[in-house]
Amino acid sequence: MGMTMTEKVLARGAGRESVRPGDLVLAKVDFAMGHDLTIPPAGKIMREQMGAEKIWDPERVAVTQDHFQPAKDAASATLGRLTREFSHEMGIKWYFEVGQGGICHTVLPEHGLVLPGELVVGADSHSCTYGALNNFATGIGSTDLACVLALGELWFRVPETLKFVYHNRLKEWVEAKDLILYVIGQIGVDGARSKAMEHTGEALRHIDMEARLTMTNMAIEAGAKNGIMEFDEVTKEYLDGRAKRPYTPVTSDPDAEYERVFEFDAAQVELGVAKPMSPDNYAPLSEVAGTRLDQVFIGSCTNSRITDLRRAAAVLEGHKVAPGVRLIITPSSHQVAIQAEKEGLIGTFLAAGAAWTTATCGACLGGHMGVLGDGEVCLSTTNRNFPGRMGHPKAQVYLSNPAVAAASAVTGVISHPSEVLAKMPAELV
Amino acid sequence: MTLPKVLRGRAWRFGDNIDTDQIIPAKYAIYSLDEKELGKHAMEGVPGRETWASQVGQGDILVGGSNFGCGSSREIAPVAIRGAGISLVVADSFARIFFRNAINMGYPILQSPPASEAIEDGDELEVDLEQGIIRNFTKGDEYRSDSFPPFMNELLRMGGLVPWVRKQLEERRRTASARG
Repeated sequence: MGMTMTEKVLARGAGRESVRPGDLVLAKVDFAMGHDLTIPPAGKIMREQMGAEKIWDPERVAVTQDHFQPAKDAASATLGRLTREFSHEMGIKWYFEVGQGGICHTVLPEHGLVLPGELVVGADSHSCTYGALNNFATGIGSTDLACVLALGELWFRVPETLKFVYHNRLKEWVEAKDLILYVIGQIGVDGARSKAMEHTGEALRHIDMEARLTMTNMAIEAGAKNGIMEFDEVTKEYLDGRAKRPYTPVTSDPDAEYERVFEFDAAQVELGVAKPMSPDNYAPLSEVAGTRLDQVFIGSCTNSRITDLRRAAAVLEGHKVAPGVRLIITPSSHQVAIQAEKEGLIGTFLAAGAAWTTATCGACLGGHMGVLGDGEVCLSTTNRNFPGRMGHPKAQVYLSNPAVAAASAVTGVISHPSEVLAKMPAELV
Repeated sequence: MTLPKVLRGRAWRFGDNIDTDQIIPAKYAIYSLDEKELGKHAMEGVPGRETWASQVGQGDILVGGSNFGCGSSREIAPVAIRGAGISLVVADSFARIFFRNAINMGYPILQSPPASEAIEDGDELEVDLEQGIIRNFTKGDEYRSDSFPPFMNELLRMGGLVPWVRKQLEERRRTASARG
């Protein structure tokens, strides 16, 4: 019996010929990540409770200062300091200081640190993002991370794999975000609980790596353990000159076993949103068009890479944010910010009346720089809109793609981007 | 730390898809290293349960619906629930990272669809952890829970991943010193 990509990576990590769904394995980890909220507890558990003095491999760990940094208050400054001290004391090679890194899930791919065929863990639920680069990547807790830092190994239950096949191509205006919101709407926030989501099909061949990362990023919003994609020319091109280690891509065997296969006609998928207060509360854009907004947020590990910002800028060019609405734009990394500056995107945002911030998770998790108040309505390019995620439990959050967000900031209500921009330039599609 | 065989307490019932930002809103992540403080704010993000933590008695039992603990990987979610005084979480099903975190902490959780379905707020429960049986004194009912794979039971019996890693590290040190 053949194996899926996910099973192959876990088998290799466990030093076994093969594994089956349901097997519990102890597997070697290729790369691990933690940040300012998860490194302090992990470091404390590793040193004080597990009794480890050093980490297994300082070259295979990345640490970012992204969640509450630059410090939003004195307590966050303490977490930032503990994160910084631990990283320096352990000699962690891939430590990203405030102003030099950004959001972990953008930073690791852009630095070529998470590669095809690898087993990657991150102490953050959106660590499943990396799977677009043809690896097994999953989110873990702080005790898990402490174990990995001490031993370089961790226990895993081999997941069943669900296969998602996307036929045809996305139509005009429709982005990877709309597709994944639609899929989550179909299967629900626990539709892939503890399972692998393997994405494949013609539609994916026509979308770039950043859009693919948007899709695997949201695997966790369907409850999945990981999201994974095939290695192709797009993957290779993205990694050329970027990969920090040699790598071996992984493919699913033709006779691999899937728990279920879902088939979608990508050409039928409309622009859409997730309505309050759950990522699976999908609605076509037309159903919510006209909803009045207090805030629009373009940011997060889901949708604030350079291609996202280019599309937002194309919509905002020559326009102003509507009175009564605030638009907050947070690039997802320092490199994205540098590129946005080079291309003149920041000027477009500032001229439109947007607040442009440093790279941070910020408003996405109700941290800082855009926290919502009681009853406020926000359209956000982020990943999760459970009650209280972005601030007050009674704030209403809609999730969308960046072009919809930008257009809605201009009109003040949820709007189709074509109301503001006649056509998205071909090079941005 | 070993687990008691039998737990007794009042049931606190919650619904489906309770996510980690409701269990402990992210703003309290600044208290990541302070279980007591986290406990004071447990479940505060669930509409209508803003003052829940102050009503919990030591040893009470939390009963959730399906996909309990979905969302973030932050281990402060089970830590906050434990900090509030809850001795055990029973649910129809758990989101995977919450499940891992609880097992790794040596914190008992049981998956039992019939218990999750039947138990109401305020029911008096007794739970036999070894047998995986939940008795409902209020309703005169009894429910079975799903069994875990042996390795997870071993972790729970040992008190979580910490003692397991300590053992691994000791073995590695012994092997290294035997090699000279």
